[in-house]
Amino acid sequence: MKMVIAYVRHEAFEPIRTELLALGFPSLSISEVKGSGRQKGITERYRGAELTNYLRPKVKIECVVASRDLMTIVDTILKHGRTGAVGDGKVFVLPVEEAFRIRTGESGEETLQAHPDAATTAAAG
Amino acid sequence: MGRTMALRLAPALGVALMVVLVAPGLAAADTLDAYNNSSGSVTDTVGLNSVAINTMWVVVAGMVVMFMQAGFMFLEIGFSRQKNAGTVVAKILTNFSIAAICWYAVGFAFAFGSEPSGLGGLIGGTGFLLQGYGDPIAAFPVMGFSNVTVEGKFFFQFVFCAVSLAIVWGSTLERIKFGVYIIYAVIFATVIYPIGAHWVFGGGFLQAGDWLGTGIAGMQDFAGSTAVHLIGATGALAVLLLLGPRKGKYGKDGKPRAIPGHNMPLFGLAVMILWLGWFGFNGGTALGIQDGRFAEIILVTNLAAGCGVLGALLMSRLRQKTLDIGMAGNGAIGALVGITAPSGYVELWAAVPIGLIAGLLVPPCILWIDKKLDDPVGVLTAHGVCGIWGTIACGFFTSPRLAQYNAFGDPAGGLLYSGSFAQLIAQVVGLTVAFTFVFAMSYGTFWVIKKVYGLRVSEEEEDAGLDISEHGMYGYPEQFIPPAELIGYGGGASATIPPVPVTAMATKEMPV
Repeated sequence: MKMVIAYVRHEAFEPIRTELLALGFPSLSISEVKGSGRQKGITERYRGAELTNYLRPKVKIECVVASRDLMTIVDTILKHGRTGAVGDGKVFVLPVEEAFRIRTGESGEETLQAHPDAATTAAAG
Repeated sequence: MGRTMALRLAPALGVALMVVLVAPGLAAADTLDAYNNSSGSVTDTVGLNSVAINTMWVVVAGMVVMFMQAGFMFLEIGFSRQKNAGTVVAKILTNFSIAAICWYAVGFAFAFGSEPSGLGGLIGGTGFLLQGYGDPIAAFPVMGFSNVTVEGKFFFQFVFCAVSLAIVWGSTLERIKFGVYIIYAVIFATVIYPIGAHWVFGGGFLQAGDWLGTGIAGMQDFAGSTAVHLIGATGALAVLLLLGPRKGKYGKDGKPRAIPGHNMPLFGLAVMILWLGWFGFNGGTALGIQDGRFAEIILVTNLAAGCGVLGALLMSRLRQKTLDIGMAGNGAIGALVGITAPSGYVELWAAVPIGLIAGLLVPPCILWIDKKLDDPVGVLTAHGVCGIWGTIACGFFTSPRLAQYNAFGDPAGGLLYSGSFAQLIAQVVGLTVAFTFVFAMSYGTFWVIKKVYGLRVSEEEEDAGLDISEHGMYGYPEQFIPPAELIGYGGGASATIPPVPVTAMATKEMPV
């Protein structure tokens, strides 16, 4: 099992989400984060005084997938996240030791499987 | 290059504008003096008190209407996302100011001046820069029944123009270039609104009736369901057709998606400000207090607004299975727009059906328009559809007593009193003519602006929000700049420690 942590632009999230749903990967978490990479800061003028802002808002996507599915997820993020300009973000992959489904107590990779209906719902919606 | 040219020309233009606007003002005279020298001269104390007390009400009503700008500001802010909140402030301030200058220079004369011979019914022509109009009663004939000073009438009519202009932009939020506001505001306050308003309630051919020998009745529009609200909404429709929806409003399947505004409490405040403003809007249009009509008009206005809220909530419950806050507010505004034309022409009871129907119209029209047109605040429904309804309502509900009192339209009253379609036809024809004129003028203006200057910001700017891309600052900085970066220099322990001259971040994080 692997955990994918991706920092992407806000406008990249919706296409990534749509494609992951269609591919049968509905499980993910996101958070609004602010951070800096090689992207240049922006300068705001507030009533004449300058304020340079290096921490830019990004969406952080976290999802845990079976190892064999890893590249599907990463490719989707790379495909939709890339504009070619500085500030597209980064993807990190971490190993995951174990996973438990709280509702049933199951463990292992099967807890990561999409609900049987999920893929069809995604295709319809 | 175009921008630098404009910057170089700006000071010259400014000076030219100053000369044009200021020079004639040097010969100014007070209109109370003018009254004393006019044909209907008032020299006794009772007469002067009458002028003073009527002027007092009209100016106070005008100030209340001016405050409606705050209503439009917060209505639009409430229905925008956080990244587009600040730009509305700049827009309202700029538009109101442009309208003030244009109305002073040209607009008032076109709208309410007496008509030059040969252009009868089409356009007014006295009182440019509020100068050289001679007898103040004769110069602005449609307001001649009132003894309010010319400055009072001018101010009151100016805030109407500003309201109409504010309505135009409701459909354009979150994606329009700021410069478009400025260009269109000049044309709207100078030409489009004054001419449209002149036809409908400035003494023009629609109001006078029997134009081109058609024998049609005079159009009744007391405070401007058509003249102010429909004209504004027509401009909003014209720009929306050329501007297109916000990014992400419609999916690939063409279905509309909600883009929720960020602050319903501010929207609620806006609705209450507008509701209050409408008492000045309709009540002030009596242009005096001595016949006691103004209080009756305010009561009619309030009854309609209440019915509008209830009608909208009822329809919202039926259609959306919920009590939608936005619909309740738009129901109030829709009913207020609806009662604007009839307010001086109908009895109290008629306010109930007029307001209720306006309220019932609001939710289905908003949902229907949303399928194809991205109108973030519902201006096309609240001011357009309800403006049409209010104008038509006169054709049904106008009472003979008030038609004769105001001396416009069929003296037998509306359909319910007279059994005749005369007034209804006059209303429908009138609003069609006004709509057609304003739509053609506005669409043409926006088409030229689109070709020459462009209407929309770039996609990146739309994503970033207009606050930062057009104004270089956020409406809510803490939402977009991490608090860690807002603490700034000094304060606390760090005040005593010399700052590191150049941080690693500042040098390394620049793009390569």
